[in-house]
Amino acid sequence: MKDLLTWIGTLPPLLQVPVIVGLFLAAAAGIILLIEVAPRPGRKFTILRLAACLVIPGLAFLLLGSVWWAVAVAVVLGGLFFLLDYRSREGRGYVFALFGFLAPAFALLLIGLVYPTFATLWNSLLSNRGVFIGLDNFAWVFSQPQNIVVIRNTIFWVLVVPVFSTAIGLAYAVFIDKSRGEKFFKVLVFMPMAISFVGASIIWRFVYDYRPADRDQIGVLNGIVTLFGGDPVNWLQQVPLNSFLLMVVLIWVQTGFAMVVLSAAIKGVPIEQVEAAQLDGTNAWQRFWNVTIPSIRPSLIVVLTTISIASLKVFDIVRTMGTAYPDTGIIANEMVTLLQKFEAGRSSAFAVILFLLVLPIVIFNARQIQKSREIR
Amino acid sequence: MTTSIVANPALKESVVKTATRNTKQRLTSRGATIASLVIAVLWTIPTIGLFLTSIRPETDTLRTGWWNILVNPTVTFENYGNVLFGRDSLLGPFINSIAISIPATVFPLVIASLAGYAFAWMKFKGRDVLFVLVFALQIVPIQMALVPLLSLFSRGITIGDTVIYEGLRGAGLFSQVWIAHTIFALPLAIFLLHNFISEIPADVIEAARVDGASHGQIFFRIVVPLSLPAIASFAIFQFLWVWNDLLIALIFATGQAAPITRALAELTGEFGQNAELLPAGAFISILIPLTVFLALQRYFVRGLLAGSTKG
Repeated sequence: MKDLLTWIGTLPPLLQVPVIVGLFLAAAAGIILLIEVAPRPGRKFTILRLAACLVIPGLAFLLLGSVWWAVAVAVVLGGLFFLLDYRSREGRGYVFALFGFLAPAFALLLIGLVYPTFATLWNSLLSNRGVFIGLDNFAWVFSQPQNIVVIRNTIFWVLVVPVFSTAIGLAYAVFIDKSRGEKFFKVLVFMPMAISFVGASIIWRFVYDYRPADRDQIGVLNGIVTLFGGDPVNWLQQVPLNSFLLMVVLIWVQTGFAMVVLSAAIKGVPIEQVEAAQLDGTNAWQRFWNVTIPSIRPSLIVVLTTISIASLKVFDIVRTMGTAYPDTGIIANEMVTLLQKFEAGRSSAFAVILFLLVLPIVIFNARQIQKSREIR
Repeated sequence: MTTSIVANPALKESVVKTATRNTKQRLTSRGATIASLVIAVLWTIPTIGLFLTSIRPETDTLRTGWWNILVNPTVTFENYGNVLFGRDSLLGPFINSIAISIPATVFPLVIASLAGYAFAWMKFKGRDVLFVLVFALQIVPIQMALVPLLSLFSRGITIGDTVIYEGLRGAGLFSQVWIAHTIFALPLAIFLLHNFISEIPADVIEAARVDGASHGQIFFRIVVPLSLPAIASFAIFQFLWVWNDLLIALIFATGQAAPITRALAELTGEFGQNAELLPAGAFISILIPLTVFLALQRYFVRGLLAGSTKG
């Protein structure tokens, strides 16, 4: 396995794509073929199943580079699985097929998400040398003044970004609803969604660019300031303004998301209700507050919470724009920075804090999505 | 009231008509139009600014703002030449991005549609509990999994001195990135594809079963073709996500494997040195996702409305 991947790694990058995708699809086709063929009744297929149960786990562990006894254990477990399948209530081969469908996903999830999550929880209690130190890492996080700034900034991000993106997205969706060129207007605001945070940060770097007053400004913002006779400002050095200027980048990206989801929701408002309100003599503003808002409430909450989660996790903007600027750190970025300084324990502590902050919002968000599905 | 309407239906219709016209006028009233124009301009100017910066000669860019191109139109593609073929070429990272994104889109899609089918159409004990658990894995921020996964890749699994899994150290450029992206995509992919696959009418599946089709055939002949729209929208989503990702690239795509996002992020660190590469480089990195997005927008929006957002 490793040798194979190493060999693929020696190919030119673009050639690696068809090779690895081809190999992967061949493996997937093999699994589907086994699922298809093996459950058939008859002696021949029983032997095929038994062979698959013994060979595949053994081969898998061999490919992973295990020692012999681990391979042997895998083969024995495979044999036990065959017996389990043979005596299963749904008929021979059913459990075999089920396993074929689910095993790849479950193996990856267990190795790549479940185990690492618990490992990180444990790591956050260890020092960098791997000694158990209890909650010292967390005590460190909450005792350093620079970390307090980081936590404060994170809270601001979660509060400011969702509110502004949603408000602007909603206003825009309402304004352009049923107007001419609606699709085109939507694309203009939606486009930043396709741009990476790195790209967006570079775009906004040039907007905020600062040159000393005796030179021509090349950033739009300072260009406008000087046009009206003001002195150019070194925007990203102004604390706490710089944090908010970084939030503008995320607002710029997320407004499109809010706009698209809310626009779809607005189009779903029952026309009878709007017409009834019209006949009652309400004006557009009253209709908006009393008819539109209540009926798009589930979507509004989903948008708000989804953007909150995104603003908690985003780290690219601060990394690409602001590492050189004072007091702009947020938890998601601090976590990576510490990791790159090989401070695994403190980095894990930040990851756990991030997890605890995200947790309630995600649960709330999932519930709202469920609810809005039920309404539909 | 009732009688008057019944007696005079034409009146009601005209009232409704004028009312509708009024709303249309109100909602697209002058203030609203101006506001939406302002928002549209504010949202496009930064990108246009970057594009114009990227096609101006370097000396001009350093001296004057990009808006001067309107007065003094000098256009050059030299910057793009430098970015692609110059000393600090971004061509390698650009190709790396392609080499990372395509497999990292295909892998989770195939694995997740297999799992999604089992969750939707196969009965087994504890199915609902397991599905909720997979769904719940979405709450784990990627940050939580980074450190252990990294050490798993570099050191493998050992119990004492015996090697269970030898790790991926030195195993190809991209294998770690592909696997990491695949794993992190799975919970959302399984959830979305399951939702779609389970909405296929039960009659269709039952009819196939009565005709003697087994699960393998049902999956390949019925479920996959019918779920193509969902597969397409998740594919676009995942492709954009992988292409635009920086976090996983920073941790897993080291050295020669760095994709363009990482290369650009490193360029911004040394701002001033290679500043002239940034606008053109950023624009090249934006080009592919933007094309994919504009061409396949319909599927992308459908995916968004189905709840595909990932953090």
